[in-house]
Amino acid sequence: MKDEVNASSKAAAADFDRPLLLTPGQDMAGYLTAVAGKALLLAITCASVLAVILIFVFIIKEAWPFIVSGGLGKFLGGTGWYPEANPAEFGALALLAGSLYVTAGALIIAVPIGLLAAVFLSDIVSFRIRQFIKPVIELLAAVPSVAYGFFAILVLAPWMQKNLGLPTGANAFNASIILAVMAIPTIISIAEDALSAAGRDLREGSYALGATRAETLVKVVIPAAHSGIIAAVILGMMRAIGETMVVWMASGNAAQIPSPWWDITKSVRTLTATIAGDMGETAKGSDHYHSLFALGLMLLVITFALNLLSEFFLSRAKRRRGGVK
Amino acid sequence: MSKKWQVATQVAAWMVLAAILLMPTVDAHSAGTEAKKLQIEGSTTVGPIADAFAEVFMKTKGMSITVKKTGSGDGAAALIDGRCDIATMSRFMKPKEFKKAVEKGIMPVAHVVAMDGVCVIVNPSNPVKALSREQVRKIYKGEITNWKQLGGADKTIVVISRDTSSGTYETFHKLLMKKQKMFKGVEYVNSNPQAYNRVKTTEGAIAYVGLGFVDKAVKALEIDGVTPSRKTIASGKYPISRPLFLFTNGYPKLGSEIHAFCTFHLTEKGQEVIEAKGFVPVTSY
Repeated sequence: MKDEVNASSKAAAADFDRPLLLTPGQDMAGYLTAVAGKALLLAITCASVLAVILIFVFIIKEAWPFIVSGGLGKFLGGTGWYPEANPAEFGALALLAGSLYVTAGALIIAVPIGLLAAVFLSDIVSFRIRQFIKPVIELLAAVPSVAYGFFAILVLAPWMQKNLGLPTGANAFNASIILAVMAIPTIISIAEDALSAAGRDLREGSYALGATRAETLVKVVIPAAHSGIIAAVILGMMRAIGETMVVWMASGNAAQIPSPWWDITKSVRTLTATIAGDMGETAKGSDHYHSLFALGLMLLVITFALNLLSEFFLSRAKRRRGGVK
Repeated sequence: MSKKWQVATQVAAWMVLAAILLMPTVDAHSAGTEAKKLQIEGSTTVGPIADAFAEVFMKTKGMSITVKKTGSGDGAAALIDGRCDIATMSRFMKPKEFKKAVEKGIMPVAHVVAMDGVCVIVNPSNPVKALSREQVRKIYKGEITNWKQLGGADKTIVVISRDTSSGTYETFHKLLMKKQKMFKGVEYVNSNPQAYNRVKTTEGAIAYVGLGFVDKAVKALEIDGVTPSRKTIASGKYPISRPLFLFTNGYPKLGSEIHAFCTFHLTEKGQEVIEAKGFVPVTSY
């Protein structure tokens, strides 16, 4: 018994047996290890930053020959996309419009559903059910997009032709529906986080002032979480605008601006689908090849701007929250 | 002490595990001879032929063959970059590609492996059976927009094309469209099966695919009075037919694996395979 106590106290003492005075060599070694460790961590962190920068550099480099060739005015203003014709036409306006059509369509469907579901999850449903529903919704985000694409083309498109009397089922509306389904998990997840983070004190304060549950939700909680909600919508939008496989399969890929402009049952072609569809068989180094990178640059600029915007709103949401507490 | 021991055993265990996992790959690398590996890349149309050939070769000769099917342009690029041994292409190499290849010291040699007819297909419910090239051209130019104008039902024509850089598109564009632009409402799909599927499920649709992709679920139209079939395509009667190519860097060394592969279509077994895939062989045993 006594021995054991002795042994353990010895072991404890052993932890403190470091010399109080280091030799200059030890001192230097410790310093260098710290510096090297920091540098290594910095390098690892910078690798991802570097990746982003390199992507920009690479795409600009490949798009540059097209930009300087002087077709930029027609690129941004033309609606004819005939990259292999003679003479070729590189009008990206219809493609940009296609991207905006399907993205806007997806948001019109996904935002109300996503927000209502988020409110339901954060404030209305019981904790136990919520613990079950939220992971299931987030699972929806893990379904590979090509699976959605097959659903769009093999189920939704024939259904639309049969029941809505459309001549073609592969159109902007079809793509919008599928993109909405894909954006909904993102929107719900982030909006729900923002709503939950709005705080119990806020809600209880509202009840204390005599507000009903509905009033508290609509007039207190949602306004308090609005920055986070906007960020959720923007992230959902990025999911939709950057998606390739689904739109390539579901949207029909006709490079046209629908006329009349509100007719979303017309087939459209997006920036992403054009890049994915054309890249496979373009001769490397041709005008067509470089023009695809110009499309990629356009897309990158759009998503970059959206990303900055969502960062702005998210950081504002954080600051707000700090202020309330 | 005991903690250190634990760590040490753990590290040892991981190393053993890693060694076990790495062993077979290392073995495969050292044992597999380079000559028995073939890289094939290129057209989605020629892909099925290459796949079927590869299957035969892997079974009978124990070779390892990878067949990538992304597009004729990819095949050409891969051959130029030395990333593949054989490029499958549904079109001939473009002058630009040839120039690049020669600059890199690669001499592309073409082997015609089979003939393919591009069939114009419609939904089986469509009463229209035959069209002239002129009529098809007008449909793709947007001048005819309803089947009613061609003696069919009152239905909008859904015009479907392959993507503009596919070999099938190029053949169709050159032989049928006479290089005229298609109108803006044309929908694009990026593979033969997708074009086939769209026509199968869309009543008013028209599209074009290789002969190998036509079956009873879609209807191939007579063009200028000629039904697309093996006979009419091989004899050149059918107006939209084309040769399919394998490209190699120089003529392959006689007796080498590549040589055997590139001449397999001339054998009886090769002809059988090509016929089974729905293409038209260049031989007639």
